[in-house]
Amino acid sequence: MQPPITTTAATDDSTTATATSKGSSLSLVANPAAAPAAAPPSTAASLAASSSAAEAADYEAEHVHAVYESIAPHFSATRYKPWPVIADFLTSLAPGSVGFDVGCGNGKYLGVNPAVHMLGSDRSASLVRFARDHGGVERSQDVAVADGLALPFPEGRADFAICVAVIHHMSTRERRREAVRALLDCVRRPSSGGNGEDGGQILVYVWALEQSNSRRGWDEGTEQDLLVPWVMKQKKEKKEKKSKTKTKTKEVAAGNGEEAVVVADNVVDSSSAPAPPPADTTYQRYYHLFRKGELEEDVEAVGGQVVRNGYDKDNWWVVASRCS
Amino acid sequence: MKVLSLNFLTCAVKACKSTSGSYPLHPKDAELVEDDLEINLDLLLNVMTRIDWTALSTTATELGFPSLPAQAPTKEELEGDEKMIKDLHHLLMETQMMEGKLVCGNCGHEYAVREGIANFLLPAHLV
Repeated sequence: MQPPITTTAATDDSTTATATSKGSSLSLVANPAAAPAAAPPSTAASLAASSSAAEAADYEAEHVHAVYESIAPHFSATRYKPWPVIADFLTSLAPGSVGFDVGCGNGKYLGVNPAVHMLGSDRSASLVRFARDHGGVERSQDVAVADGLALPFPEGRADFAICVAVIHHMSTRERRREAVRALLDCVRRPSSGGNGEDGGQILVYVWALEQSNSRRGWDEGTEQDLLVPWVMKQKKEKKEKKSKTKTKTKEVAAGNGEEAVVVADNVVDSSSAPAPPPADTTYQRYYHLFRKGELEEDVEAVGGQVVRNGYDKDNWWVVASRCS
Repeated sequence: MKVLSLNFLTCAVKACKSTSGSYPLHPKDAELVEDDLEINLDLLLNVMTRIDWTALSTTATELGFPSLPAQAPTKEELEGDEKMIKDLHHLLMETQMMEGKLVCGNCGHEYAVREGIANFLLPAHLV
């Protein structure tokens, strides 16, 4: 575990990124496909292709759960603005609706619609604490620590469930589909014979492979399984440090429609290369980038039906219900 | 964690979910806190149809509240009953379980609640 460090203000939602990101929050992108020689033995790509369920879970424990636990304060400070498609989904719910935010992170969606009751869950205990206090101590939110593949929610009760920027952290397709199934299981079944509209709905957001218009430049040909670093800068010694980290190659990217990042071909795994004291701390997060249509396939494979879908800020999203 | 949320929580163990004993979870050594919140009538009136009233009655009794009516009030009944509104607002929204455990009646697993946050991560042998 890293010692406490002071971080710079980071950037988040793409709407604010341009205003504040210039040079303030750069991180490195490891692309195993682009730099096979420099990649660690277990690259994201090779592991995702051939892992057992237990290996996949262990891999996610290291490259997703531990990372969020470590970056929680920094991450939370950069996540404050609800995305419009999600805010619209929540505000259009009938008063009295009850639902879940699975992978609620710092809880930025929990208070969006005061006429519905939301219960947030996240795998990261640290993020869940931020989520509880998101609306201030006076308006604490209800949250729980839970795994997306073992949710503590009763079958078929909820009016809705949202799951934003979570399922792309699952390292096998089977686990991604199980995660979608777990969401569908939470919501009400539509009445049989109807058009499905009276059932509960889920809203899922995942990072898209097709981002040719983003500064990342990733597109159909890009490797879908990546390690995406999160860099926490130390505030003091900032100038000194900057001069030492000029190995970055080309600026192309912003993670998950959010943090500004830089692609480099000399990224080291933070766990195997202890950084000298003045250096930034880099954490590698695993991502699976969804190609067009893949999320819909996953929804349908586990008994869901797509109600509507779209592309928004480098993410694919679907609203889906259970089949009646 | 509000009492309303307890009505939407069950055991995280897959094999338990289909059993009647796993819901509702049973509070144990519960430390409650009472908030002072404004009544959110739009939410309260409309959430009644979503609540599992039998489970809520069990939870309320286990937390030491007086018995609830046998049937959930309809929205119309509730609208005209100021005392019932106040009582349900107090139970569902203002009462929080801050410390203690939530116990599955089927497998017996105890989920810790600390600072209002329940932890449903399972030990390896229950996954």
